[in-house]
Amino acid sequence: MYNYDTIDAEMLADRTAEFREQCARRLAGAITEEQFKPIRLKNGLYLQLHAYMLRIAIPYGTLNSAQMRMLAHVARTYDRGYGHFTTRTNLQLHWIKLRDAPDILAALAKVGLHAIQTSGNCIRNLTADPHAGATADEVDDPRVWAEAIRQWSTFHPEFSYLPRKFKIAVTGAPKDRAAVQVYDVGLRLHRDDDGALAFQVMVGGGLGRTPYLGQTIRERLPARYLLSYMQAVVRVYNRAGRRDNIHKQRIKILVSDLGAEEFARRVEAEWEASDKAAVDLPDTELARIRGAFAARGFESLPAVSPAFEAAKSENRAFARFARNNVAPHKQPGYGIVNVSLKAIGETPGDCSAEQMDLVADLAERFSLDEVRVAYEQNLILPHVRLDDLPQVWATLESAGLATPNIGLISDIIACPGLDYCALANARSIPIAQDIARRFEDPALAERIGELKIKISGCINACGHHHVGNIGILGVDKKGEEYYQISLGGSADDDASLAKILGPGLPAEGVTPAIDRIVEVYLRERREGERFIETYRRAGAEPFKEAVYAEAV
Amino acid sequence: MQRLFKLRAGEIAAAEDPYTTIEDDQDLPRGDVIVSLARFHREGEYLLDCCRQVGVRIAPDEAPESLAGEIGRLHLIALVFPKFRDGRSYSAARIVRDRLRFTGELRAVGEVFVDQGRFMARCGFDAFVPADASTPEQWTAATRRFRHVYQRASDDREPAFVEREKVA
Repeated sequence: MYNYDTIDAEMLADRTAEFREQCARRLAGAITEEQFKPIRLKNGLYLQLHAYMLRIAIPYGTLNSAQMRMLAHVARTYDRGYGHFTTRTNLQLHWIKLRDAPDILAALAKVGLHAIQTSGNCIRNLTADPHAGATADEVDDPRVWAEAIRQWSTFHPEFSYLPRKFKIAVTGAPKDRAAVQVYDVGLRLHRDDDGALAFQVMVGGGLGRTPYLGQTIRERLPARYLLSYMQAVVRVYNRAGRRDNIHKQRIKILVSDLGAEEFARRVEAEWEASDKAAVDLPDTELARIRGAFAARGFESLPAVSPAFEAAKSENRAFARFARNNVAPHKQPGYGIVNVSLKAIGETPGDCSAEQMDLVADLAERFSLDEVRVAYEQNLILPHVRLDDLPQVWATLESAGLATPNIGLISDIIACPGLDYCALANARSIPIAQDIARRFEDPALAERIGELKIKISGCINACGHHHVGNIGILGVDKKGEEYYQISLGGSADDDASLAKILGPGLPAEGVTPAIDRIVEVYLRERREGERFIETYRRAGAEPFKEAVYAEAV
Repeated sequence: MQRLFKLRAGEIAAAEDPYTTIEDDQDLPRGDVIVSLARFHREGEYLLDCCRQVGVRIAPDEAPESLAGEIGRLHLIALVFPKFRDGRSYSAARIVRDRLRFTGELRAVGEVFVDQGRFMARCGFDAFVPADASTPEQWTAATRRFRHVYQRASDDREPAFVEREKVA
């Protein structure tokens, strides 16, 4: 993976020094909270309900073991011994003291981590396919391009005061594991007819109060022009995007108002007029970045591991884990191991310092020193030998990290909600915990199969409820927490937006409603049909009837 | 009293301001003036013929591209930041420098704070009317705080990828 060179390290050192000085001015009372707010937000520091929250960037969801250990150290030393992995593959620490923030950033900088552009109206930390470099279905490693964008967008002088935040996701595979269609810009690598690398460029996707799927403005952008084309996209947005109403300032509104065709026309005109060579990386720099991500340390192994096969037939729990949490690797004899942060009854995405240390140890010993963060709020050990899987599983199991529920009903995405967040209308975490407990039985969960529940505590949709197979949105109804249920969303390559099923329910009505929805699915489904497919075929009616029958 | 800071050879220093900014309905005074884009489009020829230096003030919702024909005759362009959070004039500055090839004074006016100074300098601004109590020394320090930059902009700083090629 990419390791920071002297220049990258000095960028972080300079940023840390600047922020230390800014914090000192605030702590001394030289500037007000109002003046300090835009400054701290540029560094991921939010003032929440109970304390400061620090959002640490994990660029394109990639960590090495030293970085993971540093996250554990910071969580232990400056917070309450745990952190929260988010749907943007960042790590949030929710109990920070302002006076510690500069020291935390200095500690993170030692291992090439930071909180740059994890908030504010700028190009945010970007996300990528967490299976990058490990999956057989990718045409190119998206991290190469993600790192190019990371550098280009860092402290970009023209794009630090955009109308609103701006998020980019990159994938190199046809199967979408990065939800690229719900991003301000989604980039999908493919090979054009001549075999050359090209990007499909999608713009204007997003969730929040007005959800949209991204629209393709270019099917085949030659990959080497990525940065100059991005400059054109962001410049058109910066100049033309609305600035008069905070709820209408994302690029999705501009694309919707202009129409994708007109937006594309403006981007193409801007791009044609620009000096591309000044922006696009020279081949030498692209090669340097590419080299950093080249596969290293793989052994030549047979595709089948007798140890792995034997363990599966001897141990049903391990077999279940292998079925649900291990994905095929491009390298024979290896697997991609999903580490579930969705233990039944726990907070989705939360990870203790001890668990982080343990995952770091496993990564170092068994996964070529790499860990990934998936937007579903789980971790991934991307390069594990099948021979080592029984041991890796046993270690994860001992730490509560081997719940065999990836993609299943208890693998729930949930935002922090009213337990932490100043914006929330309702709690998300207890709802997720309650549903997970109802479907705790792993045999039942497996029988139900792929079913993605996503919960947001307010309309800002950090929990992606618009693209949940079952989406749950917390709303405030005259001072009480109510929950609106939607069905039929997907953030995958068959992306779609969920539709509201009916009136909101009180907290205690949510799990019974999910129960009835699942019953209808199990009754209605045809051979091999996933929940989303049954819903798309059968429509909302049978589900609606089951959920609201008693109420009427 | 409005102050003016100018960037010359990497140093930001206080400077005298010979220009008078005039409103659209205001009579023309003697000497150098800054007028709105609308007034310039109306009276530009007359203004330029009157042995004075002319500057044009461009609001963020106006297109500097409309000055392309006259750019060589202008001495100053002032780009407005109505709020420091309104970043449209950064893009306008880059258009003015990179595309219109304007070489005169490019001035930042409005909510102009030292915290945004390094971004403004990188986008091609070389004159600043600060709206805070900042000093020229603080402005110079702000533009030098970062030893490296990652991308080309409208200044002459070399991006990291060029630095790396030199080392290699």
